[in-house]
Amino acid sequence: MSIFRTRTTLSRSAATAAAAALLVAGLAACGEGAQGSGGDGEVKVGLITKTDTNPFFVKMAQGAKQAAKANGAELSTAAGKFDGDNEGQVTAIENMVAAGVDGILITPNDSKAIVPAIKAARAKGVLVIALDSPTEPRDGTDALFATDNFKAGELIGAYAKARMKGKQARIATLDLAPGVAVGKLRHDGFLKGYGIKAGDKSIVCSQDTQGDQSKGQAAMENCLQKAPDINVVYTINEPAALGAYTALKAKGRAKDTLIVSVDGGCTGVKSVKAGKIAATSQQYPLKMAADGVKAVVEHAEDDKKVSGYHDTGVTLVTDHPAAGSGAAKDSKYGLDNCWG
Amino acid sequence: MSTTAAPPNASPPARNAHTAEPTGATAALRRFAATPTAGPAVALLVAGLFFTLQSDRFLSGGNLALVIQQVMVVGTLALGQTLIILTAGIDLSCGAIMAFGGIVMAKLAADGTLPPLVAIAAGIGVCTLFGAANGALVTFVRLPPFIVTLGMLNIAFALTHIYSDEQTVTDLPGALTWLGETFPMGRTDISYGSVLTIALFLFFAYVLGQTAWGKHVYALGNSPEVARLTGIRTTRLRLAVFTVAGFIYGIAALLLVSRTGVGDPKAGQTDNLDSITAVVLGGTSLFGGRGLVLGTLLGALIVGVFRNGLQLMGVGSIYQTLITGGLVIIAVTVDQISRRRTR
Repeated sequence: MSIFRTRTTLSRSAATAAAAALLVAGLAACGEGAQGSGGDGEVKVGLITKTDTNPFFVKMAQGAKQAAKANGAELSTAAGKFDGDNEGQVTAIENMVAAGVDGILITPNDSKAIVPAIKAARAKGVLVIALDSPTEPRDGTDALFATDNFKAGELIGAYAKARMKGKQARIATLDLAPGVAVGKLRHDGFLKGYGIKAGDKSIVCSQDTQGDQSKGQAAMENCLQKAPDINVVYTINEPAALGAYTALKAKGRAKDTLIVSVDGGCTGVKSVKAGKIAATSQQYPLKMAADGVKAVVEHAEDDKKVSGYHDTGVTLVTDHPAAGSGAAKDSKYGLDNCWG
Repeated sequence: MSTTAAPPNASPPARNAHTAEPTGATAALRRFAATPTAGPAVALLVAGLFFTLQSDRFLSGGNLALVIQQVMVVGTLALGQTLIILTAGIDLSCGAIMAFGGIVMAKLAADGTLPPLVAIAAGIGVCTLFGAANGALVTFVRLPPFIVTLGMLNIAFALTHIYSDEQTVTDLPGALTWLGETFPMGRTDISYGSVLTIALFLFFAYVLGQTAWGKHVYALGNSPEVARLTGIRTTRLRLAVFTVAGFIYGIAALLLVSRTGVGDPKAGQTDNLDSITAVVLGGTSLFGGRGLVLGTLLGALIVGVFRNGLQLMGVGSIYQTLITGGLVIIAVTVDQISRRRTR
């Protein structure tokens, strides 16, 4: 009996070991592929995104990969496990520093909480650039490559103003969440572009959506209950805009309501083309990452160090330009340059 | 292993001592192979060897110390989880409880409501209370642990966000971040938190393996009915296990705060499943009554070594998740096959 038991457990350990060996052998194959031409003279760049799943970050990783290839650099990527995962990003920074990267590009999940880990990496001579969202304080990283979110809001604000010329506006704002800088910047930019101040009586409803389509729909439904005559809807991003459109359509109000948004994702631009969204401010995640990779390579090879804020540009995309709304591109241009 | 036939107070280490005949090196090897920790230990060594061959940066004191530092939070949660799983329970709320405890201690200390050490005690106390509440609902109301802790997961998550007002707490006093600091050992910097984590594991390895209380935990997991009939006060024991687990989550909360240097209301959202992953990889059976806490430490280290090693090789994080999934399936399969064979 006792021998039997021992033998079973022996074979169990053997099975585990064999399974582990198999897995590792499989890894070896995929590891070679991932390393590619990984020689030691190459510049190493790490890209850490908020998550692995959001199309915005997928596009970002794609831009980084292309730029790394063009500049002869080696790219490794990592991401938080969920939106808001700070510890996962801390771990990724530590592991990339251990891997000997020359620079790290990061979209912080938590603008404050990530700062100590970035500080430790910079102390070891690693160049750190924030992409898309700044750290708090902003000088937590060497540089920031991002959309001017205030300007993105301003563009659609001015556009809405031009379209509404002569009509009394009843505005709903579908915002992001309390305490998130991006949401506040776009909102404030929209108001400036429209030429009104916070608390203006034309703003009849403001709700948070977390940038989520179903929450955007619920928020719009509630706003319509409160003020059925809403005719301008500012939305934090395109999913929220599509949620708002669904709610407006159900009430038969889709045709006579102007929806404006920010992002320039492919689904969003298609909605501009289909007339669901009147205009959107398009941003360029691919460019953020590509410029970031270039900056790391220049730093490693020529000792040129970037600093401060670099605007990666924003474009108003609409098929119904209005007089006095400023320069705009049509949905064809938008689709050629969209992400996701 | 036909554990049901064994007397209820026989824990695996005790049984192994009986089964192996002491005849030199092969006997020692067999005795090792007979422990549920053998599989994970071998897997960890194989993985370590592989990454050493793949990256010249892997096998250094600094890097290995880093891996331990990276697994200390989930590893400590998994220690509490192991206690509960040994009684054939499960805890889905551990990460959320830890996040709440962390934000409580960070906030109380940062705004000066309480002296730092008292704030830490308050945070750990809150976690212990949550553990006790889980235990009370499981024992007195006789609800399944899965449901109770699913509910508690949501409650703790919501309380974290309400209490923190969604704000990350920064500028913490030194007492809360001290465990994240390092001291030099030779040329390697070790964090105090790593030392605390390993000490906790050794302590609970002793408690479970060498004390009557530990043997009762195994007995309860093997068969609550038999355990009760042999005179173990199973209700009190189960309540104690959940409460002790809550206390351990409180320690994990302190480790979390010290590691990131902030009170983070969004922390720990996947840590419940990550802790179960570590327990399963460590060879502990989800059916209760079989497993060792040191296996859980190995399980946590396996995840950490893969994450670190793959990053050193330049493999993206989504593949790390893919591989962790594969490892879990392998570990559970091995557990199942060995159970079937012994029947």
